[in-house]
Order: sequence, then structure tokens, then C-alpha cells
Amino acid sequence: MKVAKVSGTVVSTISFPFFDSKRLLICDLINARGEVDGYTIAVDVVDAGVGETVLVLDEGNSSRQIFGVDTGPIRATVVGIVDDADFGDFSLQGP
Amino acid sequence: MQLGRVEGTVVATIKSEGLEGVRFLIVQPLDKHQRPVGDQVVAADAVHMAGPGELVYVVGSREAAEAMPVRFVPVDHAIVGIVDEVALIG
Repeated sequence: MKVAKVSGTVVSTISFPFFDSKRLLICDLINARGEVDGYTIAVDVVDAGVGETVLVLDEGNSSRQIFGVDTGPIRATVVGIVDDADFGDFSLQGP
Repeated sequence: MQLGRVEGTVVATIKSEGLEGVRFLIVQPLDKHQRPVGDQVVAADAVHMAGPGELVYVVGSREAAEAMPVRFVPVDHAIVGIVDEVALIG
């Protein structure tokens, strides 16, 4: 999993059926130096708010288990909201 | 998944089994501010409606094959949605 900051949402009415009525969040991935290092669009399952620090799971099989499906084009899922992440040199707090 | 801009089409009549009827589009990956980043890719269109110039989101690696009618075909990028709006903070 990766620590990320939710920096936006993606609105999409035409999508592959799996994504119907799912909330898509833009997650800025944070590296070990505390810098933003790329982003991913992840499906939210914990009602994360924009601006929050979250845990992003970026692996298909695990994500499919979360949704209880055998197949589906899902990789990145927001699975947790971070209260505090201590990386040693720096730490990230929730809101 | 990443944002992408549809910039062209690829027609291939001779291709791997299971890919019949799959539409291939040329997609330029974008950063979250919709600026081009990295090289263009050929992506399978899993929503069958993405047109030139459209802003889409693309899933990669094995999950792309999961968006195809026939399972486990050799596809590593698939368009799985058309973007209506990207709302960013800051």
C-alpha cells in the first residue's frame, strides 16, 4: 500500500460497468522523502475526503477481494484514512 | 489508473486471438493537471465510446485485460471511463 493525499475527484458518467456509482479520487502518492511522486486515480471505499491523507492499495487481486468480485479492471483502492504516519524523518497527520 | 487524452486510432485486422472486435486507440497519458507525461500508448477501448480528443482514464497491467470481453487477452492498457470533470484542490 502507499500513503497518499487526496487532491481531487474524477466525475465520470460513461464508464466500464464496474465503476458505475463508484467514487473516484485523485491521490497524490507520497514517497519516503515526503514529496509527492506521481498520482493515481483510486476507487474510494472509506468515504475519504479531499485533502485527507489516505492509504491506497494498488494491486488488483486485493482490490477485487474488497469488492467481492473475481474479475474486474480494478487496481487502486483507497482503503484507509491516515491519522498519523511517522516516516522517521517526517510524519503526516490527518486533519 | 491514470488520465489520458485520445489522440488517434489503430486498426489491426491480424491480431492475437480474443481481440476480435476490440477497438484500439492511441492515448497520451496525462498528469493530474492534464499535461502530457510519458509516451503515448495503444489502449483498448473498454467503453466503446471514446472519441478523438476525449479525456479518459486508463487502467494498466493485467487489470486492462480484465476489462475485455474475452478474459486474459494480451492487453496492457484499457480505457475504462470517459471523464466529465476533474475537480482538484490546490
